[in-house]
Amino acid sequence: MDPRNPRPSGEFVVEVDYSLTLVELCRASDASESDVRAWIEEGALAPKGRRPDEWRFAASSLARARTAARLARDFEIDARAIALVLDLMEEISRLRAGLR
Amino acid sequence: MKFRDYYETLGVERTATVDDIKRAYRKLARKFHPDVSKEKDAEARFKEIGEAYAVLKDPEKRAAYDEVGQQWKGGQDFTPPPGWDAGFEFSGGDAKGGERADFSDFFESLFGRAGAEPRQRRHATQAPGDDHHAKVLVELGDAYTGAKRSLSLRMPTQGDDGRVAMRERTLEVTIPKGIREGRHLRLKGQGGAGYGGGPPGDLYLEVAFAPHRLYRVEGADVTIDLPLAPWEAEIGASVRVPTPAGDVELAVPPHSSGGRKLRIKGRGIPGNLPGDFYAVVTIALPRADTDTTRDAYRAFAQAFDFDPRGSLRG
Repeated sequence: MDPRNPRPSGEFVVEVDYSLTLVELCRASDASESDVRAWIEEGALAPKGRRPDEWRFAASSLARARTAARLARDFEIDARAIALVLDLMEEISRLRAGLR
Repeated sequence: MKFRDYYETLGVERTATVDDIKRAYRKLARKFHPDVSKEKDAEARFKEIGEAYAVLKDPEKRAAYDEVGQQWKGGQDFTPPPGWDAGFEFSGGDAKGGERADFSDFFESLFGRAGAEPRQRRHATQAPGDDHHAKVLVELGDAYTGAKRSLSLRMPTQGDDGRVAMRERTLEVTIPKGIREGRHLRLKGQGGAGYGGGPPGDLYLEVAFAPHRLYRVEGADVTIDLPLAPWEAEIGASVRVPTPAGDVELAVPPHSSGGRKLRIKGRGIPGNLPGDFYAVVTIALPRADTDTTRDAYRAFAQAFDFDPRGSLRG
């Protein structure tokens, strides 16, 4: 197997409950470290651990981080607004699920 | 390839200032951004808007586009004049504001791939490959039982000559029992090839549920609308309710008016903290279209001293 390339096909190990370091989260969500720090500061993300090098983000927070990254890039808005928008979006999705 | 009128896409004049363009972009972005929009073609529209903005907000790109654009109208067949961009050197700029990698062929013919991806990394040293993302659509029932899915993905892979080519690959993926919508499954080492001999990136699969005729899902909770006859709702009844894990017998308590949520604990999506299943009462009225059935309603009316609009009066 060519170590440079992912395997072309076959069966793979699928991880569901993994945690991400700050570096991994940034790569997976295409966000900068300073953006992620600002989102944490505003309470939009809540990793476990005290210091940045101990931070561990739950797999379930990746969707939130990716949305935050898209909103920050496409709307050119700051961390405080990101935190508010994420909360409102969650509220809307909860309300939508109750309707039909 | 069709010429794209970026001014038309953003709905601004050719003489628009940078501020006009920003305003127009932001307004359209709020309307069509896939994260916040309910418009049907939001994703496609937002791509066009983002591309138009990436060009028009950048003075260099806009000047180049204007020069070429004098001879074309939106929708016309377009081939860039040979050597047209000789006089321009694009500095790329920052990645903010709709800048993304998947711009149109038209954009690429003008500005090249590098124009679309200013963050494109040129790793001289060893570094992990890029993470890749894809969506996987699963049935709600799969979340109850787990399932195997076969996915076809097109992925850039690096050949012996160092060139990157798109290759089709098929993944057999186990969708684990208890999966929730929006979760990202991780396949370690199955992303982009590493740089300079570095390890490959990871592949993330975002789970979405296919819309279901009966159920709606919020987190781990699953909800169904439960139609009841007026007498079932009022006297109480035992009714069979379908759930993704099979039918259950549900005891409807007396006086269950429309909108009441009946909970079946732990019958939502399974897991360490299993979700709940909710049946929301709706009252189904039998249609009175014969004398017998109309008489039945009249007898019904006479049996009660009932004012349905009592609550409307003060």
